[in-house]
Amino acid sequence: MPSPRSGELLAHTGVRPTTGGAPVPDPAGGPAGAAAVDSARLRRRARLRRRITENLTAYGLLCAALVVFALFSWYPIVRGLLLSFQQVDFVNAATWVGLDNFVRLFDDPLFGVAWRNTLLFTALALLLGFAVPFAVAVLLNELRHARAYFRLVIYLPVMLPPVVTALLWKWFYDPGPGLFNGVLGAVGLPGGQWLDSSSTAMLSLVLVSTWANMGSTTLIYLAALQTIPGDLYEAAELDGAGVWRRLWHVTVPQTRFVLLVLLLLQVVATMQVFTEPYVMTGGGPDDSTVTVLLLLYRYAFVYNDFGMASAMSLLLFVALGVFSACYVRLTKSTD
Amino acid sequence: MTEASARTIVSPAQLRTRRGRITYWSVFALALVGFTLAFLFPLYWAVTGAMKSPSELARVPPTLLPDEWHPESYAQAWDQMDLAGYFLNTLVVAGGAWAVQLAVQIPAAFALSKLRPVFGNAVLGLMLLTLMLPASALLVPTYLTVTDVPLVHVNLLNSPAAIWLPAAANAMNIYLLKRFFDQIPAELVEAARIDGASTVRVLVRIILPMSRPILAVVSIFTVVAAWKDFIWPLLVLPDPARQTLSVLLQRVAIDMPLNLLVAGMVLASVPMIALFVVAQRHILAGLAAGSLKG
Repeated sequence: MPSPRSGELLAHTGVRPTTGGAPVPDPAGGPAGAAAVDSARLRRRARLRRRITENLTAYGLLCAALVVFALFSWYPIVRGLLLSFQQVDFVNAATWVGLDNFVRLFDDPLFGVAWRNTLLFTALALLLGFAVPFAVAVLLNELRHARAYFRLVIYLPVMLPPVVTALLWKWFYDPGPGLFNGVLGAVGLPGGQWLDSSSTAMLSLVLVSTWANMGSTTLIYLAALQTIPGDLYEAAELDGAGVWRRLWHVTVPQTRFVLLVLLLLQVVATMQVFTEPYVMTGGGPDDSTVTVLLLLYRYAFVYNDFGMASAMSLLLFVALGVFSACYVRLTKSTD
Repeated sequence: MTEASARTIVSPAQLRTRRGRITYWSVFALALVGFTLAFLFPLYWAVTGAMKSPSELARVPPTLLPDEWHPESYAQAWDQMDLAGYFLNTLVVAGGAWAVQLAVQIPAAFALSKLRPVFGNAVLGLMLLTLMLPASALLVPTYLTVTDVPLVHVNLLNSPAAIWLPAAANAMNIYLLKRFFDQIPAELVEAARIDGASTVRVLVRIILPMSRPILAVVSIFTVVAAWKDFIWPLLVLPDPARQTLSVLLQRVAIDMPLNLLVAGMVLASVPMIALFVVAQRHILAGLAAGSLKG
């Protein structure tokens, strides 16, 4: 709503409040005798007219956004919900099948495997991707030299297309002429099987994803660390707090909000992991890297079972909704 | 390279002691070596690996420097994979996504911020609601929508519009732009109006020039996201001739000789690295503002 002051201001000055659309009738055109009575009415009318044209202009500017949101966001949300209870393919019309999609999901032996794998990936990715960037950011904040260099190199992997990163690391992981076993061999350590063994494949994917994403997390932490007032550290020091206690009692509480926000974002992002397993392992070996999204992709685009894929999407949404709800409660209770 | 140092966990007095100085410089050296090995060395490995011969790439243990240098791998990769065509495809996808997004999102954010129409808050709320949903939960219904757009019944598969239009429905960008526009004083807008400027003129002449920082951030993140995206182009560009670099590289990875594949990957990354080096300041500012997504 336009502020009443500015609206009145315009009405008084008699400036055309329109934006070049419909012309406003000239207020001076009315009978001169009734001016005192009419001027209030005219002013009200001018203001109303102005509001209407403003609204028209506003919705004119909004219409492109409304169309793309309606077609490619709001409608798909509703449709996705409906699809989870329908059977659909490109030939026949959609038919209602009740909970059949969910029943078939639970019957699929890979369903449980995919969720276990995804939770394992998320847990490992948080262990590494949450703690390591914070530690690195705290370290960087203490260093007083070559800070631009550190910020530059840690962010470089973030700029690489994820497919490039995944293919590069697949080559690095090669147990034969790969980089990692070469390095391990050079320092006298035995090489690993990396992606070729079902016991290390998932951890290998976590390493790639951590390497690729830790740049942005670290730099966000670093920005948060730089806002901590130096007096707090000084006061803590005067109270006899050592380096570790200053870290625990000043740094961590002061960055609590950023830590929580990124924790939530990382849970949501890692639960949707797709590119790494799709490009690097295809879900193998022995289904050890089949993730929720990889299975969803197979249902929809390999078996063309859109109903089952939508049911999976709905479950993913519900699972992540739980995390969001926890997050909201957490921030509320700590305030 | 010393920068004005604010007070941090370690106190300046501690740093000035002999022990403090030794510790500081050893940690610094360790960090320098560690960062270089962890983040630059893999890139070095890729750039030089592309110049090794296929037989050298298969050698165990791998060589640190190529025995013979084959810089012509890059030219070969360029020709063999028709990278010129795929660069163009990716450029059209990313550039178009950028143009369409700004054309849709700037007017919308401006209207919501400065014109404040009735139901404006409800519209913004409905847009922000979409941020709550994990993007992949909408993969299937959005794909089906793109194959047969409601009302107009057009199939957008294999058209870059299949990427541009869903990308334009980005609530985060609208929110960021609106939040920035909100900080521009309403008096400036009113004053221009009194001088007879039209709404569009106010947007173009007053709001946009004052919004360069946020426009830079939104632009960069939009282009980078479009260049990096994989799953959506994989789905909506099934025609091999129309695919983006990421989809191409994944598709040819199995058959392509390793040296050429790595050369292709390096080339596909060059524009992003160059963009980062040029626009580093804006990217870091955008991160600090918490404007990252995905």
